[in-house]
Amino acid sequence: MQIARETLLRSYRAMRTIRMFEERLHVEFATGEIPGFVHLYCGEEASAVGVCANLTDNDTIASTHRGHGHCIAKGVEVAGMMAEIYGRSTGVCRGKGGSMHIADLACGMLGANGIVGGGPPLICGAALSHKTLRDGGVAVAFYGDGASNEGTTLESLNLASVWQLPAVFVVEDNGYGEATGASFACAGTQKARAAGFGMPYIECDGSDYFAVHEAAGEAIAHARAGRGPVMLHVHLQRWYGHFEGDAMTYRAPGEVAEAKRDHDCLRLFRERVTQAGLFEDSVLDEVDTAVTDEIEAAVLQAKDDPLPQSADLLADVYVRY
Amino acid sequence: MSKKSFRQAINEALRQEMRRDPTVILMGEDVAGGRGGSAGTVDAWGGVLGVTKGLYEEFGETRVLDTPITEASYIGAAAGAAVTGLRPVAELMFVDFVGCCLDQIMNQAAKFRYMFGGKARTPLVIRAMYGAGFNAAAQHSQALYPLFTHIPGLKVVIPSSPYEAKGLLISAIRDDDPVIFLENKVMYDVEEEVPDEPYAIPFGEANLTREGDDVTIVAFGRMVGMANEAADRLAKKGIGCTVIDPRTTSPLDGETILDCVADTGRLVIVDESSPRCNMATDIAALVAEEAFDALRAPIRRVVPPHTPVPFATVLETLYMPSVEKIEAAVTATMNHRVKEKV
Ligand SMILES: Cc1ncc(C[n+]2csc(CCOP(=O)(O)OP(=O)(O)O)c2C)c(N)n1
Ligand SMILES: [Mg+2]
Repeated sequence: MQIARETLLRSYRAMRTIRMFEERLHVEFATGEIPGFVHLYCGEEASAVGVCANLTDNDTIASTHRGHGHCIAKGVEVAGMMAEIYGRSTGVCRGKGGSMHIADLACGMLGANGIVGGGPPLICGAALSHKTLRDGGVAVAFYGDGASNEGTTLESLNLASVWQLPAVFVVEDNGYGEATGASFACAGTQKARAAGFGMPYIECDGSDYFAVHEAAGEAIAHARAGRGPVMLHVHLQRWYGHFEGDAMTYRAPGEVAEAKRDHDCLRLFRERVTQAGLFEDSVLDEVDTAVTDEIEAAVLQAKDDPLPQSADLLADVYVRY
Repeated sequence: MSKKSFRQAINEALRQEMRRDPTVILMGEDVAGGRGGSAGTVDAWGGVLGVTKGLYEEFGETRVLDTPITEASYIGAAAGAAVTGLRPVAELMFVDFVGCCLDQIMNQAAKFRYMFGGKARTPLVIRAMYGAGFNAAAQHSQALYPLFTHIPGLKVVIPSSPYEAKGLLISAIRDDDPVIFLENKVMYDVEEEVPDEPYAIPFGEANLTREGDDVTIVAFGRMVGMANEAADRLAKKGIGCTVIDPRTTSPLDGETILDCVADTGRLVIVDESSPRCNMATDIAALVAEEAFDALRAPIRRVVPPHTPVPFATVLETLYMPSVEKIEAAVTATMNHRVKEKV
């Protein structure tokens, strides 16, 4: 399938933004200035971006604790995200949620999630809204290999099938749930699970933007056409610890270096589009520079932004009380 | 006797009970860690915060079981194993995750004995971290002990120090009923002298950590340390406080609370859980009913507001009880003057 130049450039920029956002957080977190837990999405960029390139603001996604990439890919403002992570009142959630709870309903981003397996049931609901309201939207649940074992996830696969929902279940399989390997924790296969719940299954290499884009395009088209849910299994590698501060003693030395060398979605993307003569390196370099500036500005702004006020503590527990 | 952290005290209690009783097993997500990892290391984590480190090494995979991320099934499995001959200690990691497995606790484990006409024994311990103060935001910071306390059939333990943690966990493991054992996540590095040998602290017997004549303060878990500090500051101003650590919210040592209130006539309750239907309201009701005549001032509660736990440090600090807030509440009860009826 031919992907529009514009889409390619936008996707490259989104992947680069995620990469730089996360690498910068890795550095900033080490200074102790960022509160709370931070889980980085580095290495997995092509999954969020390849999927979301097939979506519009009218479509809904639900994310995970490793949510920054999904947010950026779905169009959440980088400055507002950074401010949120720094606990500022200018943050997308006004400093109430932090890294693990970034949400922006206006662009169909139903939230990162602190609860593993929290997203898939919500996506059944979002898909039900799309179906009932006939707005043409689809709902996409991103969840990890670890989350694929939660009852909430497995029940949602069933419900989505029973209700024939316009939903896509994206298993982001990076081989680990915290410090435990998927080879230990996941019985059977994702493919057999999809078959068990009567839905089509597609898998792809998550370091290849084009593969993800195509597979997701197929899955999303199927769901959008009213033909029921699909499982999309994306094979990935995570480049940093489970959370910032994790020494990763459970991974073989060299595993991450190898992932960076052989499975860097950004490098692979660049090679492919420049070799095909679609873009000059200089065009992509310009994007890199623009993103570098954007991230730098976001961090400086976030550090300088106002803190929440005491009155904010009591605000927004309810719509009305 | 030697200085041990809260983390070490819990680890030692688990280790000693596992040595003593071969039916004691551990299970949970990454209680060892590293299974299926490319490095082939096991015991890579020993729990997310390292509390169970080394236990896999000593007891092996039949006694220390890493689980998939599947709370409903492994917490339920622990309940099922408990009622059929094992003594499982299941780790839920953050207590907030109880949302994923409450049925197995509330409708299953808690009710076996009563529903089955007294025929079941369910020696199950569920360990979990609770509490705010870590910028962990709304889904990783709750203090849900009132939820468990509300459920007949469960016992609920909240240790306030390393010494307490070891003795109470040993009792929890030896207990034949399901016990929820809640560890404040901010306390793992707190240290104090802890005996090397095993010892059991009985449930339902409060501990007085300070004694004074003017005001009774009841506090739970991490709040006990804050109450002690407030009491020490107030003592310098000539206000004497008795601080009660009930140790367990279920069973609750109401008698000690009532005795102390009878002596002081004033009560402040410090509870970091959400303020509606929490331990503070529970104890206030008990005292209002049983010790009304002893009261010389209204009961005061030092509790967070009725909101989820916020992320930003400024908001989380405002949210939490503090030494200053406890001092202010004690001072307010001291300043209370009973109005003459006209
Ligand atoms: C219900 C629940 N259980 C456990 C956790 C703790 N936890 C946070 S992330 C995580 C691992 C998730 O693994 P996976 O789904 O593969 O996502 P990944 O971290 O690999 O992106 C665990 C166990 C949680 N947040 N919520
Ligand atoms: Mg994973």
